[in-house]
Amino acid sequence: MNMFADILGKLNLNAIQHGPIIAGAQISMVLGGIFVIGLMFYLKRWKWLWNEWLTSLDPKKIGVMYIIFSVLMLIRGLTDAAMMRAQQAISVGSSHGFLTSDHYQQIFTSHGTIMIFFVAMGFMFGILNLVVPLQIGSRDVAFPFLNSTGFWLFVSGVVLINLSLVLGGFSATGWLAYPPLSEIVYSPGVGVDFWIWSLQIAGIGSLLSGINFMVTILKMRCRGMTLMKMPIFIWSVLGSMALVLFAFPILTATLTLLFLDRSLGMHFFTSGTGGNPMMYVNLIWAWGHPEVYILILPAFGVFSEVVATFSRKRLFGYVSMVWAIGIITLLSFIVWLHHFFTMGAGANVNTFFGLMTMIIAIPTGVKVFNWLFTMYRGRIHFNTPMFWFLGFITTFTVGGMAGVLMAVPPADFQLHNSLFLVAHFHTMIIGGVLFGYFAALNYWFPKIFGFKLNERLGRYSFWCWVIGFLLAFVPLYILGLMGATRRLDHYDASMGWQQLFIVAAIGVTIILCGVGFLILQIIVSIMQRKDNQDKTGDPWNGRTLEWSTTSPAPIYNFAVMPEVHSRDPFWEMKKTKQGLENEPHYEDISIPKNTPIGIFIAGFSFIFGFSMIWHITWLAIIGLLGVIVCIIIRISNDDTEYLLTAAEVEKIETAAQERYA
Amino acid sequence: MPKKLKIILFVLLTLIIAVIVVLFFHNHSLAVLSPKGPIAQKERTLMIIAAILMLVVIIPVFTLTFGIVYKYRASNKKATYSPDWDHSRIVETIWWTIPVILIITLGVITWQSTHALDPYKPLVSKNKPMTIQVVALQWKWLFIYPEQNIASVNYVQFPSQTPINFVITADAPMNSFWIPQLGGQIYAMPGMSTQLHLMADNNGSYYGSSANISGVGFAGMNFTAKSTSQDDFNNWVRNVKQSPNKLSFSQYNTLAQPSTNNPPVYYSSKEAYLYNTIVMKYMMPTNLISDFYGNTTNNKEFYTQSGTSR
Repeated sequence: MNMFADILGKLNLNAIQHGPIIAGAQISMVLGGIFVIGLMFYLKRWKWLWNEWLTSLDPKKIGVMYIIFSVLMLIRGLTDAAMMRAQQAISVGSSHGFLTSDHYQQIFTSHGTIMIFFVAMGFMFGILNLVVPLQIGSRDVAFPFLNSTGFWLFVSGVVLINLSLVLGGFSATGWLAYPPLSEIVYSPGVGVDFWIWSLQIAGIGSLLSGINFMVTILKMRCRGMTLMKMPIFIWSVLGSMALVLFAFPILTATLTLLFLDRSLGMHFFTSGTGGNPMMYVNLIWAWGHPEVYILILPAFGVFSEVVATFSRKRLFGYVSMVWAIGIITLLSFIVWLHHFFTMGAGANVNTFFGLMTMIIAIPTGVKVFNWLFTMYRGRIHFNTPMFWFLGFITTFTVGGMAGVLMAVPPADFQLHNSLFLVAHFHTMIIGGVLFGYFAALNYWFPKIFGFKLNERLGRYSFWCWVIGFLLAFVPLYILGLMGATRRLDHYDASMGWQQLFIVAAIGVTIILCGVGFLILQIIVSIMQRKDNQDKTGDPWNGRTLEWSTTSPAPIYNFAVMPEVHSRDPFWEMKKTKQGLENEPHYEDISIPKNTPIGIFIAGFSFIFGFSMIWHITWLAIIGLLGVIVCIIIRISNDDTEYLLTAAEVEKIETAAQERYA
Repeated sequence: MPKKLKIILFVLLTLIIAVIVVLFFHNHSLAVLSPKGPIAQKERTLMIIAAILMLVVIIPVFTLTFGIVYKYRASNKKATYSPDWDHSRIVETIWWTIPVILIITLGVITWQSTHALDPYKPLVSKNKPMTIQVVALQWKWLFIYPEQNIASVNYVQFPSQTPINFVITADAPMNSFWIPQLGGQIYAMPGMSTQLHLMADNNGSYYGSSANISGVGFAGMNFTAKSTSQDDFNNWVRNVKQSPNKLSFSQYNTLAQPSTNNPPVYYSSKEAYLYNTIVMKYMMPTNLISDFYGNTTNNKEFYTQSGTSR
């Protein structure tokens, strides 16, 4: 029958590689690449790029590079989102929109995958790199080389997943690639393999970075900073990194098993022959749920810092906050089944996981009240980070309510996999995670670059995001209640869904404007950097150690190692005028040398992943050997640090003082 | 812009939005919130109770947020400013306790409702329950009536006020079987047999769909669920019995081939043990799978042993 041949023809991923939309994406990628390379040649900045940035082990520079890649990926992810909503706004009844079903499914898969792994994770590690060492009064992270390797593995994952746009096609199985759909029988193309290996490589990068920050926080704090004197941001990062340490190995193992199924014909998750797809769903969420908290905990930490600073008041209920973070960290490992109450587990099992999920609402609620009472009897200054905080509080409580609703299993039966669910987790991830990271960007930007971001454009960006967010996702809550399921590329006109989908598409357009303003904000601020200069190192009247050093923070962070006696050390220093010596005693500082080995390891990992996808054995062996050789070269090198003498430090510090004057 | 104009514009905008929203809800019904059966009814009540309980927290949070932000804005120098006030045992105890009480309340409700509304729990009614076997295929729903010995694709009819025991599997990637107006969904998985007990209060037609991505034709994988009187149902069965289509194994294998946007098809008869055979297809050792396409009668006893219980 012809019809079947047509269907199978659509299943052929290679056939779709040449469509006009994909060609457009490919051309813009190539043009973008040529533009950047041409710009580098024109400005003759290759050496500068290599020596000052790419090979740098300075966490501040690695952090900036993380954020640049995340913003690029944010644009790609949003383009995907815009295409999805455009399709849903027009693909009704007899009209089938501008995307084929297969292409549409590739797009939502890439949207989810890229937004979580390459936007949120990248942005988070970027902020951690910028802030953690400074805030704990340390000159560096515990393992600078591991940090660089982790970052470059992340980049390797970014390149690999974007390569699938040109070669082989994207996975079309949803961002978590449930088997049996993701098994070779139903997804014979290489899309799922691209997905597996880019996540595998980026995931190992995340694990390495997680180890690095865990040890940094535990071992590198300055004198006097006991655990209970750590800023709440650091506590939240500690919780998040603990989750990385325990959750990411599960992801690595699960993806490996899926790849063995696909490439060597094994049967871990196949339907039949002893395989069990339900096992995969359990395993992937045993990683996936902690992953949500890996992302949101640092955002909670950011807001704790922001709200205290801009209320000019100590954070309320510090001990409660620490307990709340600890409880959330522990509980996030025993709630994974709430992602699939509908699988048919018994009432006792569902009840247990439903109750555990609700219990998380308790510490989260406590955090919200503590933030509110930090503002109570404060002096609230409405700078851009504070706007993001207020946007967060309002959206997050509503999203949390939807979340608790879905924690009740029988209610979840009616809401699961509907657009209500989609709206819920976007409320949490946009309103919680992304707003938090934007607040962090505005808040810590002056510390890294020495000038503030433009406030007016920051507010424009904020309002576009909030209004766009409401227009894009309130309709989805309603659509979910109307019985609209997620991931539909076409629906019948009689459903009456179209008007709401059009509103949602308008919302996405406004969000795009928000990103436009965000980028404009950065460009304009760079152009006006002379006027926005942070001349004190303390632009917000801050409370924690990072504001006690100069802006932009020097490579060694602190010329004189700080010592703390309270939870808001810099605030105390300013109040008591102690600890801010006028004639500091400088000392020699050893600093890690730049090294390109992290780049090489990531490059060989890329070759390994690429050849595993295409089953090129010899190249895979070269890739693997390359990684091992790089590691051996690195560990046999003892000359990894250089000394910045006290005189040089003094010179840098004097220059900074003169810049301020 | 003068302040007055701003306020007028704001009020106007709010009114326009309100009118649009009212008009929208006037013309559209929310499937999940307009239930047509006891299960969906109870699930809706549950959602509303949970939402009200949550509002006990949300409303104070919103009020507090805007109240505090307004009162303690930096330009309001008259407001109290105590920069070092960072702890109060009493207030912190209060907001650990309130959520705990709420969650305990909701927890009790959850415990009871999850057991009461367990999809595997048979419904009680004066009418005799009816079993319908459901198979998710690429990309259509096959409904098998073991008692009537008929089958249909993308259309299911049953008498109202009669408990329907849906027994669900898949001969395809994982799907989710969902009729929003009758009750919540349950996954359809290959080699697995899940159950869903639903009932319709009155006669009517309801939208049903797959809620879980299962490949290219997934968006068109919806069906009509129709509840009628017992007489109309019997008539319908008689009509289907007239259909020239018969669901033999070879017919089934043709049907199971991938296809999209299938119109309803009716089968006047079906192979015996078809459903169990489909489930067992994935449970057999590899060397027996070929039997599925050939001589199945030898294994009849083997297939009939597959239960549909959890």
